Amino acid sequence: MRVLSLGRWLRAGRVPPREPASRPSGHRHSGHRPQGPPQELPQGPSQVPPQQKVSVEVLEHLEHLALVDFRDSEGVERLQKAIQFADQLHEVNTDGVEPMDSVLEDRCLYLREDDVTEGNCTKELLENARETVEEYFVAPPGNIPLVKLEGQKTFLQGSK
Amino acid sequence: MVARGCGGVWRRLRQRCAVRPGSGPFPRGERAVACNARGGMMSAGKSGLTPWIPVVGLEIHAQISSNSKLFSGSQVQFAAPPNSLVSFFDASLPGTLPVLNRRCVEAAVMTGLALNCHINKKSLFDRKHYFYADLPAGYQITQQRVPIAVNGSLSYSLCIDNKMSQMVTKTVRIKQIQLEQDSGKSLHDDARSQTLVDLNRAGVGLMELVMEPDMCCGEEAAAAVRELQLILQTLGSSQAVMAEGQLRVDANVSVHHPGEPYGVRTEVKNINSIRFLAKAVDYEIQRQIEELGNGGTISNETRAFDSKLGCTVPMRDKEGKQDYRFMPEPNLPPLILYDAKSLPANMNHQQVINIDWIRERLPDLPSVKREKLVEQYGILPEHSFTLLNEDGLPEFFENVVKQTQMKPKKVIGWILNDLLSYLKQHSLTVKESPVSSFLLADLLNLLEKKEISSTAAKQVMAIKAGNQKVLNKLIGLVQKKTQGRSNPVLVKQLLEKKLSE
Repeated sequence: MRVLSLGRWLRAGRVPPREPASRPSGHRHSGHRPQGPPQELPQGPSQVPPQQKVSVEVLEHLEHLALVDFRDSEGVERLQKAIQFADQLHEVNTDGVEPMDSVLEDRCLYLREDDVTEGNCTKELLENARETVEEYFVAPPGNIPLVKLEGQKTFLQGSK
Repeated sequence: MVARGCGGVWRRLRQRCAVRPGSGPFPRGERAVACNARGGMMSAGKSGLTPWIPVVGLEIHAQISSNSKLFSGSQVQFAAPPNSLVSFFDASLPGTLPVLNRRCVEAAVMTGLALNCHINKKSLFDRKHYFYADLPAGYQITQQRVPIAVNGSLSYSLCIDNKMSQMVTKTVRIKQIQLEQDSGKSLHDDARSQTLVDLNRAGVGLMELVMEPDMCCGEEAAAAVRELQLILQTLGSSQAVMAEGQLRVDANVSVHHPGEPYGVRTEVKNINSIRFLAKAVDYEIQRQIEELGNGGTISNETRAFDSKLGCTVPMRDKEGKQDYRFMPEPNLPPLILYDAKSLPANMNHQQVINIDWIRERLPDLPSVKREKLVEQYGILPEHSFTLLNEDGLPEFFENVVKQTQMKPKKVIGWILNDLLSYLKQHSLTVKESPVSSFLLADLLNLLEKKEISSTAAKQVMAIKAGNQKVLNKLIGLVQKKTQGRSNPVLVKQLLEKKLSE
């Protein structure tokens, strides 16, 4: 993830350069670098790219994928603010900087010997479950698709 | 408790196939596929229409043969009381972290080397997100961005026109091999509208092998998988027993006209044996050809193979394309492998995996073993294939050859025709053979010295192998000799005692 390049600057003890945002914002999907007209030099300490509303389709897609419910305008607003907050990372010029894999990338990956050291705690594990049948966990049948009920619009649909 | 394995709306729900057995794209008895070593094109028959080219690609999951799981210390075992081989990490309890099993990495490197892959000295782990009851974390740890091995090849052999004497070698490219976690098992209890989840399998190490779509029919797919199975078993990286779910194959099938772009592909799952793999692929190819021939279209769907009906049925379609939201696994640094040149000077041996060290210790692969057998004993190539196809048979053959004066070229006939056919008839493995290599060598020596005839030798083998009819015949002969004065029961006992020596 390109955004983690910020870590390198911080570790080097330097302040991220306040350069003109070479990547004006848009709604950012992973890996996508939206192109746009060059901007003027920033006025204040945080020249954040202009806010862009998140489309209803995207919100519905997110609700489906992550099984969250944005519920009301406050929830959607919070999401917008979160995106805006993350967009500040665009201020950093990462041209020519190799993206990090993770903040652990310089650590050694520990290799464990192939010995059996765990397991046999069925009782403990099942204690957490609300319902069990003969030492099996019980779950609802399969994945039930999100049903779009006829007369009852979701908040998002109502706000279209 | 009424339960059936493998169902569920999201991934595995099946509708009943409406096709009666025997009807459908190709009725029983017709040779299913015209595709063979000649080039893979299927003629459309006498009508003279443009031929179809079938394209088959395989995705194979091989369970790694190890004592413990990929990221935890719980045991790997096929049958065990539900949820008894589950650690806190496998159950995805908060605060637990993955710890990589060294043996699983070695197994993947061995397999990559055996399949002529480039081993990535630095590979990465990612999370693949989706919701299902047998995936408690809500994601699977896999290697999507940079897998451990890439760009390999698998060579396999086919008989042309069902004649073993004409074999041709084909190659399928391996796109990549990646390490990933297995999921738990779901048992669907439709009666009570619930799913029962057993996490014993959750977290077991898998090698996913992705093959390029270089194959054109069921026969090729089956031969390739059979050879892969033998390689994995020789390496010991996986026991690759399909019946126990240690080797799972999904087939991607499409058809197109020559010169045109590839057609829409379908994915066929629920294939439980190599035989069914060939059937499923051939059925799907024919189904697609018929559908397109009738002016229909093929949708990019997942289908399940119904072994009883011999057809593929649509699985309930997932809603649109899955978005797995891949992200780097934040709890695991990159996996670094070394070779002789890059070996770090002062690092703990246990923490270092040396690709060259592993390469030097690779056992002879099946293809090499076959060549050696042909060269050393002068047997035919097709004999070597049949030999290696049976676990323990090459060793049995070599033991007999050592102990007999009969030429190996003659011995092989006894092994493959007499011994093997008997074992197959009685569903015995070589290890379970009532005729030992010592005994067979003895018998063949008698034959060589012309002390017994070939027919007699066959009879003795049959008796030793427990053929009751022949035993009775012997009793009859004894009776004749003793002019009916011997006690048949006693004779039988004496004979059986003698034969068991």
